[in-house]
Amino acid sequence: MTAKVVTITSGKGGVGKTTSVANIAVALAARGQKVTCIDGDIGLRNLDVVLGLENRIVYDLVDVVEGRCRLRQAMIRDKRLPELYLIPAAQTRDKSAVSPSDMINLCNELRSEVDWILIDSPAGIERGFKNSIAAADKVLVMTNPEISAVRDADRVIGLLDAEEKGPASLVINRLNPALIKRGDMLSVDDVLDLLAIDLIGIVPEDENVLVASNRGQPLVLDSKNRAGQAFENIARRLLGEQVPFMDLDAPGLWQRLLGRK
Amino acid sequence: MGEDSPLLQTKGIRDGLLVTFGQETWSILVAALLNQIESQPSFFQGARLAVDVGANDLRVADLSAFRDQLSDRGISLWAVLSQSSVTEMTAQNLGLATRITKPRPVETRPVSDEIPAEAAKWVKGPLRSGARVTHKGSVVVLGDVNPGSEIVASGSVIVWGRLRGVVHAGADGDEDVVVCALELIPTQLRIAGKIAVSPKKQGKIQPEAARLQDGQLVAEPWHHDRMDS
Repeated sequence: MTAKVVTITSGKGGVGKTTSVANIAVALAARGQKVTCIDGDIGLRNLDVVLGLENRIVYDLVDVVEGRCRLRQAMIRDKRLPELYLIPAAQTRDKSAVSPSDMINLCNELRSEVDWILIDSPAGIERGFKNSIAAADKVLVMTNPEISAVRDADRVIGLLDAEEKGPASLVINRLNPALIKRGDMLSVDDVLDLLAIDLIGIVPEDENVLVASNRGQPLVLDSKNRAGQAFENIARRLLGEQVPFMDLDAPGLWQRLLGRK
Repeated sequence: MGEDSPLLQTKGIRDGLLVTFGQETWSILVAALLNQIESQPSFFQGARLAVDVGANDLRVADLSAFRDQLSDRGISLWAVLSQSSVTEMTAQNLGLATRITKPRPVETRPVSDEIPAEAAKWVKGPLRSGARVTHKGSVVVLGDVNPGSEIVASGSVIVWGRLRGVVHAGADGDEDVVVCALELIPTQLRIAGKIAVSPKKQGKIQPEAARLQDGQLVAEPWHHDRMDS
């Protein structure tokens, strides 16, 4: 087995990196893939919470890097999916506790054991970002359809090119078709027009994402949810499947039942 | 830059540094300048210095001693500005300039219809947020120039794509330059010393060129006949 290392990053904070990593990881694992997630946000860890694994942390990434435990001991196995693991970030340290070469070494050690290593990058373009992309084979840049997030994504794409980690793929998260129709939100085309990179996912805005994250139950486990499906589609595209993009303008269930458009 | 005292002010100009003296006797002013040079040797090291001495009447002995004191510290005095005709005469006798040439407004467009090719820099786009291109000469970008990026050129800027970043053409004061793009919607456009912000665009997208006309920044649709001059 040779794992593919995928980093999700964005520049701007709060666009949904952690939620996406959790959902894509769960979707991959549900398809029988062996997946390890690494939380790169040392000092502000979240991925454990979103995955619902917070109370099982004993060792973390920094413990591994500093040799206080073996890699295996820091890998927390998910309760629901036996092939899903998490290496949590340390909460009491900061980004400088880990170096890019530490991340490369750690991923190389893991590569032979799993199919996918998903790294959740912190916001920003400093040390934590550099750590997170150091080992990446593929980088997904995430943005929201808002100008400030797109601007930061543009900057990050430029940095990735400079680090020869490109070409990155784009995930547009929290898209609201109703707002776009009213002309109050950037459309997918607007975003692609500026960023000019491949699109790998469009995730509609959905309040259930937040609810699911709070519960530590990734949404993708609920097969009826559209945001969940969108994350699943990203996972399938990572696996090489050709999946058409969802029609986000499709009428909802109620509208269909009532015979409206 | 150096901390300014009422005795003297230092600023950078095109041809080095300009020190403007306040109203005080010559020996005090010289002492103050030497003192400042002593405290910031790296700032002044190797500088070309022009000095505005105000209304002081200076003799050859004063100025030549001053020049020697400066050259001992690795600074070359090349110009002395003064309202006093005595001082001007002295400076000229010593072979010093008495005017600092300002970038002269161009009265007529240069007749040359060639742009020196080696002066232009080719840039492969897109220029993304955070990217910065600076060049002595013109800059040609093949691709988009995204918001958050910046181009500073002493010549013209030509973008084969959308220009949405900040662009400064004629950055060294040359007013006879153009900024053109297939879509000209820069965050901010500067030509020489003038700054403009793109108005909200409506209507159809077309190539445009911006230039200085009578001290005003104007952008107009690309017409080949107008660009010939």
